[in-house]
Amino acid sequence: MIESIISSIGIGGFAGSMIALLIKIAIVFGVVMLHVAYATYFERKVIGHIQMRLGPMTVGPHGILQPVADGIKSFFKEDVIPSGADKAIFKLAPVVSVFAALGCLAVVPFFDGFVLANINIGLLYIFAMSSLSAYGIVMAGWSSNSKYSFLGGLRSTAQVISYEVALGLSLVGVMILSESLNLTEIVNAQQKYWHGMFIIPQFLGAFVFMIAAFAETNRAPFDLPEAESELVAGFFVEYSGMRFALFYMAEYIGMLVMSSISVLCFMGGWTLPPFILEVFPSLAAVPGLVWFLFKIYFHVFVYYWIRSTLPRFRYDHLMSLGWKVLIPLALINIVITALVKYYC
Amino acid sequence: MISYLTQICVIAMMFTYVTLFVNINQISIMEPITPGSYIPTEYLPALLLMAAAAAFASVSIFIGGIFRLRRPYREKLLPYESGNPVVGEPRDRFSVKFYITAMLFVVFDVEAVFLYPWALSFGKIGLYALVEMILFIIILAIGYIYAWRKEAFKWD
Repeated sequence: MIESIISSIGIGGFAGSMIALLIKIAIVFGVVMLHVAYATYFERKVIGHIQMRLGPMTVGPHGILQPVADGIKSFFKEDVIPSGADKAIFKLAPVVSVFAALGCLAVVPFFDGFVLANINIGLLYIFAMSSLSAYGIVMAGWSSNSKYSFLGGLRSTAQVISYEVALGLSLVGVMILSESLNLTEIVNAQQKYWHGMFIIPQFLGAFVFMIAAFAETNRAPFDLPEAESELVAGFFVEYSGMRFALFYMAEYIGMLVMSSISVLCFMGGWTLPPFILEVFPSLAAVPGLVWFLFKIYFHVFVYYWIRSTLPRFRYDHLMSLGWKVLIPLALINIVITALVKYYC
Repeated sequence: MISYLTQICVIAMMFTYVTLFVNINQISIMEPITPGSYIPTEYLPALLLMAAAAAFASVSIFIGGIFRLRRPYREKLLPYESGNPVVGEPRDRFSVKFYITAMLFVVFDVEAVFLYPWALSFGKIGLYALVEMILFIIILAIGYIYAWRKEAFKWD
């Protein structure tokens, strides 16, 4: 789409495709930053209303400018680096976190044909990039020279790597059914079935994936690394100002990435299930981006809903859930999917 | 009991690898890529986005550095311990369970990675792949039960 506009102006060849690519990156960047800003607002509003409060109301009508105020504030806050900190690692950690979270979005297709890097191993790329976020956590926890951040970093790393196994295994069923790691092809593969969503044959995989995604992004009820009643803020307790904002941003981008994998692999991405389209053929006129965003924000809402509903897990319960329940469930799901695929 | 299981495990593994090695030459699922002719240009956008992400993070910290105040004093720079004076060393000894978890992660994550190429080519290979993978998962399960019996998953 963008390529054709650029070539119609008269810039063709390599230069044209590079300009189109830079415009696409700028679009993705802008959308993600806007999402991060308003995901925080959305979270405060949702949790506020669930707790029968109003949430932010002061800055702008219904507090709609609150994220802007927060963003500007973080530029002016003092950047405290604790005296015993390992300065180079301390400064690098938030950059690594944002890098790992944003890098994942390169392979996420927002609608049919709009993807930055249409690579054949998209899902594997996302696993690789999201594993890098553990480095940000370790670096922040270790370099701060503080007990809270050290314990928070240790706990968080153990949690993230434990649930990464379950996360990786839960998507093998989707790979068997779609025979591809490319996210666009996974969405297209779902359209061949009447249900149009892998969540129906892969409900076990989707269940494991959802729980592992919550743990992977350090969100409630698995927010032990930042258990505020015991570790204050966990691995980023010593960070302030812009560096703190970067960690915050990485967390919300991580949620967006996990939601988009879930939408693309289990809920049909930007497409509607064929059985719904048969009943309401006029819905096919709605652009795919609308359905994609609708499904994404449903997931984001579920994140907030669960945060305000469930109490935090105890650490030993968390580890035994990951190792003793989710991994066996994911393996059973793989065997069942393979058997069904072979015999049906 | 465990040592018998280990022996069975090793024998089954050797069997799997031998059969896989013998049969792998008869299965052609991927077109060969001629060395030197393949330039992964489709990865360029990912690389640019990563560069943009790193640049964004660094630049926003830099811009913040222009505006923000800097008024450090000794107490402010101490590690935060809820307002109490700092006690002891922060980088103290910690539970060995974290090491065990990290080792288990390496083992199981590598085994998960082995499942991906199988999952992609399963539809093309058929029964042979099914049997081999169920064998593989049984071997994995033996190791898993071993770790469980040794209480590697137990946190007190």
